[in-house]
Amino acid sequence: MGNKVLMKGNEAIAEAAIRSGCRHYLGYPITPQTELAAYMAKRMPKIGGVFLQAESEIAAINMVYGVAATGRRVMTSSSSPGISLKQEGISYIAGSDLPCLIVNVQRGGPGLGGIQPSQSDYFQATKGGGHGDYHLIVVAPSSVQEMAQLTGLAFDLAEKYRMPAMLLADGTVGQMMEPVELPEEKDVEFTEKDWAVTGTKMQRPHHIVNSLYLVPDELERKNFERFERYRRIQETEARYESFLMDDAEICVVAFGIAARVSKNAVLAARAEGLKVGMIRPITLWPFPSQALKEAADRVKGFVSVELSMGQMIDDIKLAISCRKPVELVNRAGGMIMSPDEVLAGIRKMNGGDNQ
Amino acid sequence: MAKVTFDTDRCKGCGLCVSACPKGILELAKDVINKKGHNPARMTDQEKCIACAFCATMCPDCVITVER
Amino acid sequence: MIVFEKPKSLTDAELHYCPGCTHGIIHRLVAEAIDTLGIEGRTIGIAPVGCAVMAYNYFACDMVEAAHGRAPAVATGIKRSLPENIVFTYQGDGDLASIGMAETVHAATRNENITVIFVNNAIYGMTGGQMAPTSLPGQITQTSPYGRDVKTAGYPVKVAELLSALDGPEFIARVAVNNVKNVKNAKKIIQKAFENQIEGKGFSLVEVISACPTNWGMTPQNALKWIDEKMIPYYPLGIFKDKSEGKEAGER
Repeated sequence: MGNKVLMKGNEAIAEAAIRSGCRHYLGYPITPQTELAAYMAKRMPKIGGVFLQAESEIAAINMVYGVAATGRRVMTSSSSPGISLKQEGISYIAGSDLPCLIVNVQRGGPGLGGIQPSQSDYFQATKGGGHGDYHLIVVAPSSVQEMAQLTGLAFDLAEKYRMPAMLLADGTVGQMMEPVELPEEKDVEFTEKDWAVTGTKMQRPHHIVNSLYLVPDELERKNFERFERYRRIQETEARYESFLMDDAEICVVAFGIAARVSKNAVLAARAEGLKVGMIRPITLWPFPSQALKEAADRVKGFVSVELSMGQMIDDIKLAISCRKPVELVNRAGGMIMSPDEVLAGIRKMNGGDNQ
Repeated sequence: MAKVTFDTDRCKGCGLCVSACPKGILELAKDVINKKGHNPARMTDQEKCIACAFCATMCPDCVITVER
Repeated sequence: MIVFEKPKSLTDAELHYCPGCTHGIIHRLVAEAIDTLGIEGRTIGIAPVGCAVMAYNYFACDMVEAAHGRAPAVATGIKRSLPENIVFTYQGDGDLASIGMAETVHAATRNENITVIFVNNAIYGMTGGQMAPTSLPGQITQTSPYGRDVKTAGYPVKVAELLSALDGPEFIARVAVNNVKNVKNAKKIIQKAFENQIEGKGFSLVEVISACPTNWGMTPQNALKWIDEKMIPYYPLGIFKDKSEGKEAGER
């Protein structure tokens, strides 16, 4: 520890995953996350791990499902169009209560969209994404350092709660180089999971990993149990960064690269004498609703800053029960807002001065 | 001495054992209805059985045990 | 002395298949191979989507239920994670040859060291008898009510022939279970497909021509005859590829 290295965000995820004990990576090439796969292709064979380039994102996520069923730490990565393809498998993984990590280095959409950064997969990541009632744990790094930190956290939470986790990054944080302090190598000592398929060794009844429940009340019970677990996660695992919120009258809400831009705007607003702070969700699911709810008691309004047509803004409104106005500052399609654009949004919230 | 036993309640009365038997000594019991509602297979002449297990080989439901 | 009994690696669960459906015979042959080779304790099976979706209740080894067509990908993940275990998939024609064709071809071309049991009954059974990728030209199904017209619906996929053209796979064979002789041969071939995996040889697929009396609209006996008269002429039986024996594509 203590040593900083200069790394690309995508590579920091890969190295952090290895250090947190992940020895299985299965993926399919797509811009802008290819460095992650390339890093894994180089490293995994040297440390007795598995790297496999699958024939498609669909195959990759189903390979992840297979590894996860054996109880081993496993991940895949892709970008927006590829993540859409993985949704079938993600739904099965959630329905079978298996842990894994899915990295989405987002690009603009819909359709083939573009290859520039975006946050327009927010709904897909936080509301389920595939068919059926389920959630993913979603973490949103805003620096290369966090790319590394949140990778380990996402694995730990996924395993603790037996559910898939998604690291929702964007092309900017994926491609940028920053000094990063990597986590220490974690002891990869492995304990057999009492639900995993590893062979009965003729010593126990067979384990079945499955998401099919043809009896409706059984399936309903499974869903209720799963949502009880989700409720506990919402109560205990929401993470966020609070920035200059103590005396804030306006609260900016932003995550990922949009939060980096917004931080500068908050400082610029403060220089103008505006009492502005920021809440930066680090987990998008569970969403830090409680922090926003409490902020709503004190501030006169919120500014949601997003690289999308406005998705997180819905969760902000839900968290504060629409008690205060919420302004949207957004760019889409791979464009990134400037601090000035965010500042304009803050001024507008402060009293309609949009100059 | 050949012996064929049927786990009668597993039988679905498909008759594949009946047509596989080279001695023609199996039949579907028209006077019996099993738990599943089928006429199960049964042996008509155990004496003639040669324990070839053709019946069990063609049975899709593991109804038949063959002993010699 | 017991000449024949239910194999140990099948559970006591009663199979849900229709009367005369030969899925049951194929389940038994797989279980007999597992018993004979003494590998139940280290075997992991993958069930498909289709009639065999609940195969996880019938095999006594550890089981995983896969999404439609994805069993070879799931098997790949498991095998790469646990190379000492024996991993097999059990898939139907819609699962393997339609929606899962990419996963099938690529697992084969990687020579993934798994065993694939491919049940070809030329129809979608679970959904009630629709045209399958392997339905014969002219075959009447719910979605080809005037018979499969190859001009609009294309030709059946000959999986064994198609895969044996790849350099990758170790072993590709086609068997049938419509009479005692064919069942006995199928048993040998299925066992070999597992032995290959134990010996680390690689991807071994056995296509099994199977009967669907219900959706073919036939008695179980006539369905077995239909296999002889219609299926086998279109889908000839044999070993299509056996790399260790020096047998490559095209020879049979």
